[in-house]
Amino acid sequence: MAAANAKDTRTKLDLDALLHDPQTRIIVCCGAGGVGKTTVAAALGLRGAELGRRVVVLTIDPARRLAQSLGLSELDNTPRPVVGFDTTSGGSLDAMMLDMKRTFDEVVEAHATPEKAEQILANPFYEAVSSSFAGTQEYMAMEKLGQLRTRAAKDDTWDLIVVDTPPSRSALDFLDAPKRLGSFLDGRFIRLLMAPAKAGGRAYLKVFSTGVNMATTVMSKILGGQVLQDAQTFVAALDTMFGGFRERADKTYALLKNPETAFVVVAAPERDALREASFFVDRLDEEGMPLAGVVVNRIQRLAAPTLSGARALAAAEQLAESASSETAPLTEGLLRLHANLAKTAERQEGLALRFTAGHPGIPVVEVPAAAQDIHDLEGLREVGQALTAP
Amino acid sequence: MTPASPSHAGVRLHIVTGKGGTGKTTVAAALALALARQGKRVLLAEVEERQGISQTFDVPPLGHEETRIVHERGGGELYGMSVDVRESLMDYLQKFYKLGRAGTVLEKAGAVDFATTVAPGLRDVLLIGKVYEAAGRRHTGRHHDRGGPAYDAVVLDAPPTGRVVRFLNVNAEVADVAKVGPIRTQADSITRMLRSHTTAVHVVSLLEEMPVQETVDALADLTAASLPLGAIVINQVHAPLLEEAELASVASDPDDVAAAVTADLKSVSVRTSAAMVAGLLEQAAEHADRVALQQEQEAILLDQGRQVYRLPLLPEGTDTGGIRVLADALTEQGMI
Repeated sequence: MAAANAKDTRTKLDLDALLHDPQTRIIVCCGAGGVGKTTVAAALGLRGAELGRRVVVLTIDPARRLAQSLGLSELDNTPRPVVGFDTTSGGSLDAMMLDMKRTFDEVVEAHATPEKAEQILANPFYEAVSSSFAGTQEYMAMEKLGQLRTRAAKDDTWDLIVVDTPPSRSALDFLDAPKRLGSFLDGRFIRLLMAPAKAGGRAYLKVFSTGVNMATTVMSKILGGQVLQDAQTFVAALDTMFGGFRERADKTYALLKNPETAFVVVAAPERDALREASFFVDRLDEEGMPLAGVVVNRIQRLAAPTLSGARALAAAEQLAESASSETAPLTEGLLRLHANLAKTAERQEGLALRFTAGHPGIPVVEVPAAAQDIHDLEGLREVGQALTAP
Repeated sequence: MTPASPSHAGVRLHIVTGKGGTGKTTVAAALALALARQGKRVLLAEVEERQGISQTFDVPPLGHEETRIVHERGGGELYGMSVDVRESLMDYLQKFYKLGRAGTVLEKAGAVDFATTVAPGLRDVLLIGKVYEAAGRRHTGRHHDRGGPAYDAVVLDAPPTGRVVRFLNVNAEVADVAKVGPIRTQADSITRMLRSHTTAVHVVSLLEEMPVQETVDALADLTAASLPLGAIVINQVHAPLLEEAELASVASDPDDVAAAVTADLKSVSVRTSAAMVAGLLEQAAEHADRVALQQEQEAILLDQGRQVYRLPLLPEGTDTGGIRVLADALTEQGMI
């Protein structure tokens, strides 16, 4: 088979080696929504812990049962120890769910004077920005990662942080969010909103300032004057902690470029998910960020690979005609099922091959689809085994 | 399974949401195509700049212009668009304020960025405002249908379940930042349309735990926001290829079954091996697990009191004629 030959040229992603390597301090699982990144992150965390690492897993929005399997019953923004796994290698496992709003509140409280903080938290724009600004969740995931890393370095609690990334519109949002928030706060309009007097004082800005005045006039016409005033107050208040914001975003971004970090891109064997993975892989490369490899999750595996789909279908039709035995309908069903699975497997394999061809040399591991959802640590352990199977 | 009258015949704005990865774009596309195949003029809009529509129909990337992507022999037409928030703001400014130049000034001053990022509610009002405008637009062109609606139906590929209520609940969003003023008025008219019986919000799910949970949550949240619920569309249903009794026999008596299956296979000249037969039976057992899980999850969805439509898992994917197969399935089941 041509597919089998092409497969030999692929580099296999060795996640066990990654987990074993003490230099690996951060693993970032990213990918499009619905591909199983959270499960992969949790499974890697568990496997790492059972290999002796002291792990903390930061999940963003886990399925209820997955959260339960980690013993997470509440979203309280604090790492909680996971119990019931194999600790013979001396590892430990903590898990937490990100609370975006609370993380943002903490950032504000940490960077502004108490009265300024109060002012910000009460502003109507803060409510909007902290709960629904496009990219807030991504930014807060980065912020939390930065906090965990600092804590890990300070008191040596963890030697491996596994991060899940938010279910964004696009996997790239995770990388862009901090910059977007930074450039937003750095935006010309915002600067001018905050300091109209300052801007007007300079001759070269005078012309521009006329435009801005016109802009503010139009804005208040559309939104209403109160809105603009609220926005001004909010931006002015935020500005006092802006330096801190920027600095931290830059720091976390630098951390992601560090060789101690490894990105694991998770994809499903579907066109859209692989396209997202493709963009992400290219982007990581452009940014010089350390990509460990790609997990092609939930791939269809055949338990009877020697029988071709076409042959199975032909035989099923023959059986349907002859109906020679009592079990013929059962056998026919088995053959039709096999033909369907083979078709799916072939399509997925084709997509996966096209992906590898477009990204030569990038390590890939394929993980078979599980028939059941993850309910407990045992299920998670099985995913970990599948991820690292030789 | 053909009900006398389609369940959503009076609906003109179909909003399709679902958890990421459930195929909501595919379902929105299938629904729009099904409507076009009935001879209607249909607009399919996306609001997240994903280019999901152009990829699904394999046409060049769509922009803010409404572009015809399918022309049906029966006269139906499908238009596609990818709503752009800046363009929407410009349209809005032009329409209500005749601000051709001021729009550019706003853009230069970074005000557009400001307006569309600091007030996410405003962004949503603009995006859905464009869809609202298209849904309410009247024909001005050809003589015979002058004054009639420009589109017989609009299908919106909406944001995923996690964000959709906030997206559609423009009134509440805008209330935070604009208590009076033109934006507020616009939000009010949008809300009136969204809450009317000509709108339906359909939720796409898979028969897996998390999408089902999100569907249940979304239905509750949509209800709480007084948004009109449509159907539940179950996507990627694995056809039960084996009868339950057959699956049970595989589980109860594997050795006897293996022998009988081997004999059957030999009778149609399939070269067998013990490993192959064991493999076939293993696949059947996995299939049984999956079917059981599907049934468990399906029961939860059936309990929601909504119409439920099922789309088959297409082993060949939805690349080629797949969307047409799915469109026909929706029509046959009487969704529209």
